[in-house]
Amino acid sequence: MSGLSHLDELEAEAIYIIREVAAECEKPVMLYSIGKDSSVMLHLALKAFYPEKPPFPFLHVNTTWKFQEMIKFRDKTAKDLGIEMLEYINEDGVKQGINPFDNGSAYTDIMKTQALKQALNKYGFTAAFGGGRRDEEKSRAKERIFSFRNENHAWDPKNQRPEMWKLYNTEINKGESIRVFPISNWTEKDIWQYIKRENIPIVPLYFAKERPVVYRDGNIIMVDDERMRLKPGEKPEMKKVRFRTLGCYPLTGGILSEADTLDAIIEETLSSVESERTSRIIDSDGGTASMEKRKREGYF
Amino acid sequence: MSGLLKFITCGSVDDGKSTLIGHILYDSKLLYADQEKALILDSKVGSRGGAIDYSLLLDGLMAEREQGITIDVAYRYFTTDKRSFIVADTPGHEEYTRNMAVGASFAQLAIILVDAKQGVLVQTRRHSRICALMGIHHFVFAVNKMDLVGYSEDRFNEIVKDINELSESLGLQDVVIIPVSATEGDNVTVKSENTPWYTGKTLLDHLETVDVTETESETGFYMPVQRVCRPNHEFRGFQGQIESGKIKVGQTITTLPSNETATVKSLLNGSTSVEEAVTGQAVTIQLDREVDVSRGCVLTDQAQLSVAKSFTATLLWMDDSRLTLGKEYLVKLGTKRIPGLIRSIKYKIDVNTGEHISADYIAKNEIALCEIELAEKIVLDEFKKHKTLGEMILIDRVSHMTSACGVLETVENDGEKPYFQKDDIKVGGYVFEEFYFNLENAMMSKAGSDKKTYHVGDEVPVVGDSFKYPEYFDILSVDDGAAVLIRDGQVEDIQRIEDYRYMGLPVVDERGMELLVKSRADLAKFLEEAADITPERRSELHNKWLRFETYRKVVCTDNFWVI
Repeated sequence: MSGLSHLDELEAEAIYIIREVAAECEKPVMLYSIGKDSSVMLHLALKAFYPEKPPFPFLHVNTTWKFQEMIKFRDKTAKDLGIEMLEYINEDGVKQGINPFDNGSAYTDIMKTQALKQALNKYGFTAAFGGGRRDEEKSRAKERIFSFRNENHAWDPKNQRPEMWKLYNTEINKGESIRVFPISNWTEKDIWQYIKRENIPIVPLYFAKERPVVYRDGNIIMVDDERMRLKPGEKPEMKKVRFRTLGCYPLTGGILSEADTLDAIIEETLSSVESERTSRIIDSDGGTASMEKRKREGYF
Repeated sequence: MSGLLKFITCGSVDDGKSTLIGHILYDSKLLYADQEKALILDSKVGSRGGAIDYSLLLDGLMAEREQGITIDVAYRYFTTDKRSFIVADTPGHEEYTRNMAVGASFAQLAIILVDAKQGVLVQTRRHSRICALMGIHHFVFAVNKMDLVGYSEDRFNEIVKDINELSESLGLQDVVIIPVSATEGDNVTVKSENTPWYTGKTLLDHLETVDVTETESETGFYMPVQRVCRPNHEFRGFQGQIESGKIKVGQTITTLPSNETATVKSLLNGSTSVEEAVTGQAVTIQLDREVDVSRGCVLTDQAQLSVAKSFTATLLWMDDSRLTLGKEYLVKLGTKRIPGLIRSIKYKIDVNTGEHISADYIAKNEIALCEIELAEKIVLDEFKKHKTLGEMILIDRVSHMTSACGVLETVENDGEKPYFQKDDIKVGGYVFEEFYFNLENAMMSKAGSDKKTYHVGDEVPVVGDSFKYPEYFDILSVDDGAAVLIRDGQVEDIQRIEDYRYMGLPVVDERGMELLVKSRADLAKFLEEAADITPERRSELHNKWLRFETYRKVVCTDNFWVI
């Protein structure tokens, strides 16, 4: 074994994976969700091909309900780095007025899962990088780094291709595709330590700041724009909060925190008693196996 | 002790692998509060009557929870005060052996569980063998469910005897045996009062302190090339991960298989310019001159790698459809992807006894030593010498399934011996080899043979089972740029194609197919077309100019073993 540090080993593994996809897959794309894991993955892609730019575009599936700061950050990142950033919105869903307040889990399906499938079909991408990590959730812990999807973008967890050493099987038929998770083996702590070491820019929402929020069903929800529907009795108040994961603002729970530096965030993460996914309302909607169910249907 | 430890848990069904890891996580307070809450809730409806079922922490798939078994390998990440761990929890059912092998290919240490009531089972032996095959050097045998045998020292010693026999037969080096109870927690993280006769370490203590740094490192420097980076005309860099050794700016390296030498002009580790890079780093290497290097080539210094197309490998078959001799698979080895076929099965290895059994097919989960031949020479080596270039997978060209994985045992270093040779003129082919139509798999295949080389003056077998040539004819190989003159059933001369003159005798190609050439003008036309042909359009040329059935015929066989 090598004498590399834990982070160096994870970095080299991810770069190897990203290069393999560029070399073997016909039309790859890197999904970019604007979150910290995507920021790390983007950083790794820049390193993997340097001095060349990454030889594939980036894709953001926009539900139209993201935090405003996320979209600002996305556009600035794409401009500063000179990378090709595609945005895809399920316009049908928008026309039908699908929203997180009225439509619940149908919202996630239509604006995220269906939108992603539509985007991949539209451009004909054969491989899509995702920033999923195996420590996030139990069905992710079972997924291969190169994860095969059939022509309906569905995952068959009972019949995954064996993945031996670092000999990745990238063979597919027309219409089929592969999801690739280069940071599968990273933990939340690794992500934060790497962000600090490499000085990677992240969305300011990760740092604690006074923000207008309401308390709802045990979650702290930020009132990010005028579309936020307040229930009777709910009144936005200013609280010092930050977010451990980022998504659609009405579905993302914040935490009360004083952590406004990377060191403070790392310390808070290490001593946390809750896993990061508790702040994603979407995961607990549907029981223990909800993530696996959505992935079988094509969710990332 | 520091550093990351990657390990797997394996063993037979219901030996308690998931429970054991779940217990370590629970005891070490490594769960988040929400995970612990979910565990307690899930256990209430589980199979242990409300007592905490630690396995629920790992069995994440719906089917697994429904059936109460582990189907696929699960990865868990945890850190204690002393060390960081990644554990791959693998399934015990024979049906899911390939998923267990996935975990084994990734690990440095294996925990093999043995049920104290059942002792060493076939599956215990199979998993130990696969772990050893995949290159794991460190083993812990955890004799589990000691609570169910009354913590009996005698029973433990009986099992220890069997484990020692197994370790010896597999040549395992670092072996530790610990009596545990995964459900009750004996000797898992805390030393048990129920086993006062056991004086060794607890499982967690051993994992935290075991030294897995390899004592023998691989010789030399090598880096399989993943891609060529060409952002502009000035820059051409070779990107890949250093598999062994180190490299410095100014160092001279060799390119394989093109065998050119060049000096390192610049080095990038990721995007950082460096003077030196070491094993494990993902780098970009710029050389001081133009070399013939693309993906699948290898940059090396003092590693003594082989360039060959034939080798033997121990394969673990992982596909539902069984191995077919003579069928073309895609072989992935290093960063090379290339067609190849399994020429023969030398023997199958009985997972239980280790006995060598002759076989004409291999089914799922079986292990066999096979002879493999690739479409062309590539850079490779024995697994025990240079691990990364000794690992391979076979991919089915139709189903795209990863059909097998394997490790290279011996490499035929001279590559193929030529079929005809005179001084430095070498001609390949198989003019005098038999072809059979195999009724078993409906494929035409060449029969295996001792490779022999014909020289000037040697007699040749003009008549065989599946061919009949005239006594006087010429053999033309465009690929090797040579011609062989057969006169009165003997090799009269072997010449370069430039020196060859068509004399009106029948002409065949190096496979024994008639070349439809009746005049010098025909020959010139054929050579001109052959020179222009691209690899994709090769069959067009062959279909136009070659006729199989003139001197050869199809002979059926149902003896699978002939081929």
